[in-house]
Amino acid sequence: MTVLNLLILVCLLYVVLLFSVAFAADRAAMMGRGSWLRSSVVYTLSLSIYCTAWTFYGAVGFAARSGLEFVTIYLGPTLVMVGWWWTLRRLVRVGRSQRITSIADLISSRYGKSNLLAVLVTVLAVVATTPYIALQLQSVTLSFAAFAETDPEAGTLPDMQSTALWVAAGLALFTILFGTRNLDANERHHGVVMAIALEAVVKLFALLAVGVFVVWGLSGGIGPTLDRIETSAIARFEVSGSRWVGLTMLSAMAFLTLPRMFQVLVVENEADEHLRTAAWAFPAYLMLMSLFVVPIAVVGLDMMPAGANPDLFVLTLPLMEGRDGLAILSFLGGFSSATSMVIVAAIALSTMVSNHVVMPLWLHYSGMAAVVSGDVRTVALMARRLSIGGVLFLGYVYFRMSGGGTALAAIGLIAFVGVAQFLPALMGGLFWRGATRTGALAGLTLGAAVWLYCLFLPSFGPSAILPQSVFDHGLWGQGWLRPRALFGAEHMDPVIHALMWSLLLNVSAFILGSLLSFPQPIERLQGAQFVNSFDHPSAPGGWSGGMAQSEDLLIMAQRIMGAREAQALFSAVAARQGVAGYLPEPSPDFLQELERALAGSVGAATAHAMIGQIVGGAAVSVEDLMAVADETAQIMEYSSQLEAKSQELARTARQLRQANETLTQISVQKDGFLSQISHELRTPMTSIRAFSEILRDTEDLSPDEQSKYATIIHDETVRLTRLLDDLLDLSVLENGQVELNIQTGTLEALLDRSVRAAGGDGDGFRIRRVRANEQVELTTDLDRLAQVFINLISNARKYCDAKPAILNIRVTVSDGQLVVDFVDNGRGIPTDKHAVIFEKFSRIGQTRVSGAGLGLAICREIMERLGGEISYLPGQKGAAFRVSLPLTVEYMTAQGAV
Amino acid sequence: MSPERTPLFLARRTYRRRRLADAARILPLIGGVLFCLPLLWKGSPTSDSTVQSLIYVFGLWVVLILASAIISRHLRLDDNERDGTRSEHEETGGT
Amino acid sequence: MGKKVLLIEDEPNIIEAISFILSRDGWEVKTHANGHDAMEAVRRRAPDLIILDVMLPGKSGYDILGEIREDEDYAATPVLMLTARGQTRDRELAERAGASRYMTKPFSNADMLAAVRALAQT
Repeated sequence: MTVLNLLILVCLLYVVLLFSVAFAADRAAMMGRGSWLRSSVVYTLSLSIYCTAWTFYGAVGFAARSGLEFVTIYLGPTLVMVGWWWTLRRLVRVGRSQRITSIADLISSRYGKSNLLAVLVTVLAVVATTPYIALQLQSVTLSFAAFAETDPEAGTLPDMQSTALWVAAGLALFTILFGTRNLDANERHHGVVMAIALEAVVKLFALLAVGVFVVWGLSGGIGPTLDRIETSAIARFEVSGSRWVGLTMLSAMAFLTLPRMFQVLVVENEADEHLRTAAWAFPAYLMLMSLFVVPIAVVGLDMMPAGANPDLFVLTLPLMEGRDGLAILSFLGGFSSATSMVIVAAIALSTMVSNHVVMPLWLHYSGMAAVVSGDVRTVALMARRLSIGGVLFLGYVYFRMSGGGTALAAIGLIAFVGVAQFLPALMGGLFWRGATRTGALAGLTLGAAVWLYCLFLPSFGPSAILPQSVFDHGLWGQGWLRPRALFGAEHMDPVIHALMWSLLLNVSAFILGSLLSFPQPIERLQGAQFVNSFDHPSAPGGWSGGMAQSEDLLIMAQRIMGAREAQALFSAVAARQGVAGYLPEPSPDFLQELERALAGSVGAATAHAMIGQIVGGAAVSVEDLMAVADETAQIMEYSSQLEAKSQELARTARQLRQANETLTQISVQKDGFLSQISHELRTPMTSIRAFSEILRDTEDLSPDEQSKYATIIHDETVRLTRLLDDLLDLSVLENGQVELNIQTGTLEALLDRSVRAAGGDGDGFRIRRVRANEQVELTTDLDRLAQVFINLISNARKYCDAKPAILNIRVTVSDGQLVVDFVDNGRGIPTDKHAVIFEKFSRIGQTRVSGAGLGLAICREIMERLGGEISYLPGQKGAAFRVSLPLTVEYMTAQGAV
Repeated sequence: MSPERTPLFLARRTYRRRRLADAARILPLIGGVLFCLPLLWKGSPTSDSTVQSLIYVFGLWVVLILASAIISRHLRLDDNERDGTRSEHEETGGT
Repeated sequence: MGKKVLLIEDEPNIIEAISFILSRDGWEVKTHANGHDAMEAVRRRAPDLIILDVMLPGKSGYDILGEIREDEDYAATPVLMLTARGQTRDRELAERAGASRYMTKPFSNADMLAAVRALAQT
């Protein structure tokens, strides 16, 4: 087997390993077994995507060309991490409390949820990142080609373009598979993060292995290596001061603003605690990555033939020495660096593109109706998947267009300067309440324009995009507008030149714009929350005028966040408000919380627009603003006390109102109880009496008629008996005189039995089940539980008026709780009846099919005895009942019932 | 910072923690300045070698990492400028 | 030829029993089984006499009776109310709503027939 074939095989195996690790991690997280997935170590390792192929291969090349200067690229992030108490802590806190999905989202959210800003940031991020992705593709193809060259048996060189295409396609597949599992960007991509952590270990190990080989294998130890450096071409420390300081600052800024770094630093962050470890562990990682760079560069310069590409020394040194194993390891290191960067960059960019470009457009064209009825979740996920494909495709196209030449090598720093333009808006937003949208827009626009003109466009070379005349004489012949010597600043390093001017103008415009403009109320509110993130994590509500219908909101939330999360959120808030069930009052606090939860899925601007469409009212009231603006401690204290008091009052009032409602309703029902029983008994007796008189008094009845009437009498007696049975059953349950008969069995068998007993499915009534989910072992009173199931199924069969009637039985298990939902496609139950359907004899709209209206009351009593509950689940298409109970009934519960 | 929020004197442990937070803030600044020192050696015939700068930079790097590890280990995350009152409550029992 | 009776009742067995008894007495019996559109059924069938149950799906018998009494064409049509809730309050409600006669379930077939015959005379 040739080395090249071996390489391809190892590479494929490695890819399979990555897929399985990601899959296993996702699975473990889903089963709730992945606490180690959330460890600080994994977090720290995931930060290593800062070290791309540009680091892995390029750092050595950088060192071979300019000596120790390469280290600035790692000193910047080191200083940022060491100084986490300043910025990162705040950034992570804000990111979590505001459910930030990307850097564009953060900036947009801070400046009044402005989508224009988000779009601007997104576009700039895509422009800056696309060449960077191309650079990663190039590194993989170059390293691959390096192998092919040394392989005499390989014959023809593999086609570079097709290698890049395959890599891009594979990355798209991986990213779509593991990067778009869930919509909520705040939910961690465990699979992706785990795979990246693994790749981080591989690339560090590979680089260290090559370093050890070079120092001890080729140079004969540390002393000789240092001697070698002393006599090399880079023996003297000839770094220009401006570049040393400038690049350190630049890398520090880019570390915070690169979309992919923001993704792992802030969005994927689970806990502030992780920063504590990363504060020293990540600088250590960077230090180790840089440790052997100079030795490798020096030895490479020494030993490799003149003209060899120093960017590939990490790979070509072992190859030249015939260490194929080490070379393959090194290749995997480079491959890991490239792929992990591309994956995270694609996730970050796709989130931005779909949340800030695709979703707003879709929302604009489909309008309010779609928010409630359309499948927002699918649209958003699809948008994200397409965006991932699009981003990678752009990277590939850029790679092809640039011809994979040396033009790409410089792109790393150019991209850094591009994303550094976010910094003034970002930091200003976190630390300065006076920063406004206008300022941010002005700064960003100006900075981006200078960057494009002075650095990005000229990077394509003279006459490629900018004509030579512009380089020589400036735009429109204005000498002070020369892209490499703006305002006459000649003989500067182009990167430092562009960095200086773009940031200078950016910051000036940002400050000036902020000082001269007046922020909108919502901007001031957000500003207060961002800047004082530690003081009042939740400021007064951003919504007023609770015209929203909770049910509409629930429907919308379910479509975006998924049914389970939405229901959990709604019921939690309802419980806090003292309201039973799933529909809390649409208070400003609740609306704000909901908006934040939605922002985790679709971004702040879109979430704000969606809530706005349903609520319809003004977002921020003057009173809300007053509460924020009053900065003296006394007033803050006083108002917060007042707020707490009034909240408590409101809660008590709400509870009282609800208790009163229930009492009135119950008393009406108690009143009606006798007359109800009377009615339920008299109705069958009427038929019995009438037909027995007919049988007695009518002489000329045909035998058919006789038997028919006798049957009616019989059936009505059965009905009477059943009614008495139910009454008895209920009274036994209510008085707690029931003994539970605890058995163990599977849910599937129990449901089978219940469906059969309720008349099976057929003739216009269909039952949909997912048997795979029903393989759950239960230890409880199975007969009683079956009674509940039978009741719910037959209710659906009786009352569901859709054609065809379909009953979905959905099963979920979490934390030892079994949840079974029975959802039909009928008209459902009106909201005002939700509170009473579980009361005795309450029937909806006086419909009377059969049964005495005791069924649900009995179900409720049974579920209580089993330690669970039954509730009505609003916001589904039809009537929906949720039965939840512990998988194993606790002895105490059973005992307590006796 | 309002006088109502921040008591004049802090319990010993709280005080320590405050100073630790100060250290955490100042660490990157010191690091930044020290990393620039090699620029001053330029042109001096005896000490502008890459090896010397290399050893200095990596040595400083290790020191920063250790300092950061020690400080971060003892910093409590909920400490911040405004938590004086809360920490006070915690500490009064002990003092 | 008998007169037309409209029976508004939702229990199928009771419908069957009353239809049997009345049709053997020469009445033409039409039935209607819910409260929503009971008034429309009244207008469509144009009965000479109405038998009306109180507990109906969609709308209560008292409300329907109110509508009948408000309609010029049927304000005078005799209405026999049937109820399964044998409380005095129910009787009062029925009378106030304008019922011509009121019977509590279960009733004897003979009484029911007699009541219908008597109402038809008036």
